Amino acid sequence: MERSPNPRARSTQPDAPWQGRHLLGLEDLSAGAIASILDRAQVHAQHAAQSREKSQALKGRVVFNLFFESSTRTRTSFSLAAKRLSADTQDFSPTGSSLSKGESFIDTARNLEAMGADILVVRHPTPGTPKLLAENVACAVVNAGDGAHEHPTQGLLDLLTIRRAKGRIEGLTVGLLGDIAHSRVARSNIWGLSKLGAKVILCGPPTLVPRGWERLGCEVAHHFDDILPRCDVVNVLRIQFERQHAGLFPSVGEYSHFYMMTQERIKRARPDLLLLAPGPINRGVELTPEVADGRHSAILDQVANGLAVRMAVLEMLGGERAE
Amino acid sequence: MATIQITGGRVIDPSQDLDFEGDLWLSRGRVLPHGSASEDADLVVDARGMIVCPGLIDVHVHLREPGNEEDETIATGARAALAGGVTSVACMPNTRPAIDTQAAAEFVVLQARRARQANVFPVGAVSKERKGEELAELGQLVAGGAVAFTDDGAPVVSAALMRTALEYARMFDRVVMQHCQVPELTLGGVMNEGFESMRLGLGGMPAAAEDIMVARDIRLAEITGGRLHIQHISTARSVELVREGQRRGVRVTAEACPHHFSLTDESLRSFDSNFKMNPPLRTWSDVEAVIEGLKDDTIEILATDHAPHAREKKMREIDLAPFGIVGLETLLPITIKCLIEPGHLTWPRVIRKLTCNAATLLNLTNKGTLRAGADADVTIIDPNARWTIDPAQFHSKSRNTPFGGWEVRGRAHAAIVSGELRFSRDPRHQLLIST
Repeated sequence: MERSPNPRARSTQPDAPWQGRHLLGLEDLSAGAIASILDRAQVHAQHAAQSREKSQALKGRVVFNLFFESSTRTRTSFSLAAKRLSADTQDFSPTGSSLSKGESFIDTARNLEAMGADILVVRHPTPGTPKLLAENVACAVVNAGDGAHEHPTQGLLDLLTIRRAKGRIEGLTVGLLGDIAHSRVARSNIWGLSKLGAKVILCGPPTLVPRGWERLGCEVAHHFDDILPRCDVVNVLRIQFERQHAGLFPSVGEYSHFYMMTQERIKRARPDLLLLAPGPINRGVELTPEVADGRHSAILDQVANGLAVRMAVLEMLGGERAE
Repeated sequence: MATIQITGGRVIDPSQDLDFEGDLWLSRGRVLPHGSASEDADLVVDARGMIVCPGLIDVHVHLREPGNEEDETIATGARAALAGGVTSVACMPNTRPAIDTQAAAEFVVLQARRARQANVFPVGAVSKERKGEELAELGQLVAGGAVAFTDDGAPVVSAALMRTALEYARMFDRVVMQHCQVPELTLGGVMNEGFESMRLGLGGMPAAAEDIMVARDIRLAEITGGRLHIQHISTARSVELVREGQRRGVRVTAEACPHHFSLTDESLRSFDSNFKMNPPLRTWSDVEAVIEGLKDDTIEILATDHAPHAREKKMREIDLAPFGIVGLETLLPITIKCLIEPGHLTWPRVIRKLTCNAATLLNLTNKGTLRAGADADVTIIDPNARWTIDPAQFHSKSRNTPFGGWEVRGRAHAAIVSGELRFSRDPRHQLLIST
């Protein structure tokens, strides 16, 4: 049966370093490619801890942040990453632009390309939109989150945070907690963690963790207290309040009762539990403030690692390369 | 053109169980009795190596006129039909305004007559403005030429209205066609709900949304004695429900579309909106069940759900792009590739589902057959022509197909409507065709 070209065909060699033209998702990447990005990001992270000096890697390059959906943290992180590499950066968000006049997203991207964009960092509420853009422009495209599909740099920064804290990823048990069904962070984590050899447990109410994930090699659980003692890492996903309005869980209170990370629960976890949260977090819903600010929490490390990961990705996509 | 002799073809007419090599004669818009050779043909069509059959009938197309002429018009859609070997189409009423009055039905008939391409039969709306609230004037729609009723594009959601429609339509012995889908289960849906939608993060449309309404409507057809037709059946369970209903004697028929027996929801990994249709592409087990239903005649009819959309509408984010694909010009090659070549159906059985079964559904007594005196609508198929599907060559105004680039075999060679050669790929015929 004919089918469009399989993006995974590129990653046939599991240990080869990343050489992609775009970063659209972690599903497309081999373990070796992911590790090579993490290695490079680690260099940036260590450098940032010692020095304020900028890299010249993207001098003269133009990076556009094309955000069709609001974001402060991810956009700021990408902007700063580009600036740390000496690229010129420009934000473009559709509010008030010609998009509201009916211009298609592909036209918008082509316009930015005509302004000299070398890399488009794209966030869009619709899955697959970065891929469609990548097929229609010559510059590099980085997916900064496409609907519930993927958020690869978030996945990478979670991996980097785990690797730096635990020294490894292979063999760890990582619980992803909350709204798996509607989470791009969950999907990028699932692909990245599985490829690097971690065991992934998905935990949340059945309306937010529907059946089928076992086929991706994950364990599915609905009672957090049952799985917490087995977890080396728990990644607490943000709960979107509109899911409650859609009736997928009865109340925020009931959600918190089953899934909020509290001091009580921490006591039943492994002593070296690492706690991640992609944020922005709802204190008192997913995490109590004591836990968010406590010794298990790596939330601020994630932010710092996010900058390093985005620097590595932009540099590997936009720097000089042997062709 | 008074008399046409089609020579040397394999004549297949399932309405009479005919399958022979020889000649077919048409005169003054009618099929002549088999074997009644006349000496003075005005046109001789060489059909050696070809299949000659009753003109194909597609019971499910969208021609977009009036209201969305940027997608298709009655003239371009009827032309695309002929290029696909289809000499009669039944067009759905989800136009703007909807075909929900006698005048609207007559407009379709008039435009089709002006176009002089394929025959076009309007299907009238079940409800006024297709709102699903009040019954449309079904009797006056019939007077205007409507051959069936549907609110297609959307289902008749109200069980009470559906019951009333099935009951009332009995007065005209017309079928009610239903797009079966419980809408509250498919809100925000883009594709089949399942492993693939979960992996891609796209909104899902569960198979159960179709199954539930199929089950409901079969029961309603049973208690009313009305005629129910399940459009574009796509799930394994729905096929089973229809099979079981037929076994009980319920007057229920079903149609299947080429994309539902050739593609699965895995295609959505491309995020290409040409794989977005409603009902959505399902799983392999559904595809197998649809093929099984075609094989055991649970599904008596093949139809395209030809749904043209202008490029600028389809080239959008996949959740904003409209549902649907064009199908008239790929009907034959995809059917050959996926049903005939693998040995699921023979040529006569495929032709039966595209001719006499379709004619029976629409009460077209003189079509779908080569009986003496029937309308001289004939399709000539070259079953061996090898070609590559190139959307740029389509006669349809729109290009939204998932089959572009497919290497296929078999296509319509010529189409005769009312005894007139209106489409032919034979260069010698071009001067005869007045367009």
